[in-house]
This record gives sequence, C-alpha cells and structure tokens, in this order.
Amino acid sequence: MLLFSLSDKHMPCWLFSLQRCLVELICGFFVASWTGVISYHGPQPSIRPKHVFVANHTSMIDFIILEQMTVFAVIMQKHPGWVGLLQRTVMESVGCIWFNRNEAKDREIVARKIKNHIQGADNNPLLIFPEGTCVNNHYTVMFKKGAFELGCTVCPIAIKYNKIFIDAFWNSKKQSFTMHLVQLMTSWAVVCDVWYLEPQNLKPGETPIEFAERVRDIISVRAGLNKVPWDGYLKYSHPSPKHTERKQQIFAESVMRCLEEESDKFILLK
Amino acid sequence: MGSASSLLTQYDIEEVQEHCNKIFSQQEIVSLYQRFCQLDRNAKGFISADEFLSVPEFAMNPLSQRLLKMVDGLNFKDFVAFLSAFSAKASMHQKIELIFKVYDSDCNGKVSFNDILEVLQDLSGSFMSDEQREQVLSQVLQEAGYSRGSYLLLDDFVKVFGKSGLKMEVEVPVD
Repeated sequence: MLLFSLSDKHMPCWLFSLQRCLVELICGFFVASWTGVISYHGPQPSIRPKHVFVANHTSMIDFIILEQMTVFAVIMQKHPGWVGLLQRTVMESVGCIWFNRNEAKDREIVARKIKNHIQGADNNPLLIFPEGTCVNNHYTVMFKKGAFELGCTVCPIAIKYNKIFIDAFWNSKKQSFTMHLVQLMTSWAVVCDVWYLEPQNLKPGETPIEFAERVRDIISVRAGLNKVPWDGYLKYSHPSPKHTERKQQIFAESVMRCLEEESDKFILLK
Repeated sequence: MGSASSLLTQYDIEEVQEHCNKIFSQQEIVSLYQRFCQLDRNAKGFISADEFLSVPEFAMNPLSQRLLKMVDGLNFKDFVAFLSAFSAKASMHQKIELIFKVYDSDCNGKVSFNDILEVLQDLSGSFMSDEQREQVLSQVLQEAGYSRGSYLLLDDFVKVFGKSGLKMEVEVPVD
C-alpha cells in the first residue's frame, strides 16, 4: 500500500514502472476471479504524449479489462464504499481524474484536470469513456465531445461482451457494484473481445462533434453495436421533445414535397 | 396469470399463444415476457404509461399518446395480442385494423375528416400550418374518391391501404 501512497513527483523511474506492473497484476487477478476470457486484437497501446484513448462503456469492469494489458489513467465518478477506498488508494497512483455528476461547476474543473494531465509527458495515457455512463453493449449512445476537442490523437478501443456467458451491463440504478461483481463471479465466465483500433486525428474542417461521431462509427462497426441518436443520460431522464420534433419535421417536409410535385404535375398538364 | 411472477408455465405460454392466434412462436412469447417484466417495474401485471414512456424510441414517436391509449394498462396476454399486428406473420387486414383504430380516436367505428386531421397534427407538429394540413387532406381524399364530409369505415381503409404495399413489421429478438 505504501507504493501507492507516494505521489508521482517523488518517484524514481523504476518505481513508476514497478507500480504500473503491480496495477496490471492486480487487475489480472481481478479478471481471473470472474474467469475472464478476454481476446485482445490489434496493436497494444503505446505510451506517447498527446494521445487519448476512448472506448465504449458497459460496466466498471471495462476499465479493469483494459487496465490489465496497459495501465491507463481514467476519468471516473467517485464512488462510496469499498470501491471508493480502492479508488483513493490503488487508482490514485495511476493518476486517475475524479468527477462528480452532481456538482455544477464540475465540468470545467475536470476539463482543466484533463488538459494538465495530457501535457505531462510522464503521466499514464488517459482513457475516457465518452458515452458518460454505462450502456447495455447492444448500442452506443452519443459521445460527449470533451475528449475530441483536446487537440490530441484519439485512439479508439471497442469492447464487446459475449452475451451467451453473461450480460455484463452494470445498471447502477438497479444494482450495487458489489452485487454486480457477485453476479459476474458466479457466472461461468466473462468472455469478451477488445479491439485496439487505428488512431484518429481531427480532419481539416471537421468539428469536434463530427469527429466524435466518426470515432463512434468506427467503434460501433467493429464491435457490432447499433448507434442511437440520444445521449446516455436518458437513464436518468426522459428524451427531450426535440427528437419528436425532428421526426415531425421529416414527415412534414416529405408531405409538402409530394404536394408540390402534384401541383407541378397539374400545372404541366394544363 | 394473476400477478407477474418471473416464471411462465407452459400452460401460460399456450394460453397467450391461443389468444394471439398463434402469430408468435413460444420462444417469442418468452422473450416478450422478459421484456414485459423489465418494463413493469413493480410487478403490477401491466405496464403504466410512464413505464412505456421510459422506452426512448416510444417517447420520441409523435403518435405515442395515441398508442398509449391503446396499450395502457393491458395485461401481458392482451399486450401480446396487440403486438401481434406487428409480426411478419400477421395479415394485412390485421395491420390495417390497427391503423384504423389509431385514426378512430373516439372509437365510434368511423373515421371523419377531423379525425384524420388530428392524426396529421400529431405527425407534423408545428412544421405544417392548419391550412396546409387541410389542403393536403382534401386533395388526398379527393384522389381516393372521397369527399370532406365522408366517413371512412374499416373497409374503406382496407381498400386504400390494401394495394399500397404497406410494411409494418417488427422482429422479436429471441435469445
């Protein structure tokens, strides 16, 4: 535990590497505890400055699965209980950034922390889940653009769980993480595929939102997920009326177009 | 079937299957039951309006309020019967009957000019003016051989939609 309480500034290089190995080992044990059978495809991520990693999100175990191959610093919601303890000790050591959904000014604080993190050459590569919440691994919801306007290369990672063995979706409204873990451990195995995909850069003339959508496309196609046009916070609230209005607009425009074509035909025939 | 326990017996499945005229397979009924129980949060035996609206695609549908009136408070057996119109195995007549019921908001067996106008209002929202809607509707009715004052019955709907190659199908995912 002493290893994890030392801050980065005081650590020599070899200790830093040791710490990374230990974290990877801990995650390896964790994965083994739920009989994780994970297939990694694609080149292993390399630590380079100005690179961020994005992945689709199904459960907190996504992080552990990725962490056992390469140590990432991740952006996470602060949790209470034993998870919070783990967060404060082990994960603090890899440079994770915490946020709190319920705090108003939180977004700006987190954005600043992210910027600071990626400037630092020695920091662990940053892993971001742009969906902002756990999704059921059939769909991808709208990505938040925060990760895509940092002026960095974005490396997409796609994760797909095999549903035959276990439904890995963690519905934090229905289940505590402890119960979710118990469910994972008592199932036969957690089988999943991880694809490390080609790093992407912002194209000239592309907005961050378009960039985010393009990366979402890449991840969804690779993992066989459907894209949906709403954001992850529908778990917490109803969809906004603008989605309904969009449908009404499409309908109205197509009807008006037909009407115009009919009246044009009428004029031509006269 | 009483209160919704999470287990369906073979008798239950067969009863539901009879009620929907065997349109759904037994596996599809089991899948639908799982989904029904997921939506029916406090195991009341029916899905409330609020719970239907928690399905984003449903909430975004401009006709959601009309559909809600038709499905609100249905028990599982009747819910499956309602959904059977959307199966690929359902007849064109059954599908058209459902569409008729959507238009016939006062449930009097006939659809008037104003009934269709109301549906058109739901479908187009603020993107068409009332005059435009009336104009479109008058024109459409005229082309089909009806007038503004006509009352359309189910048979009229069958005549109009029967040849349109209507496709209204939903696949029930089976694990």
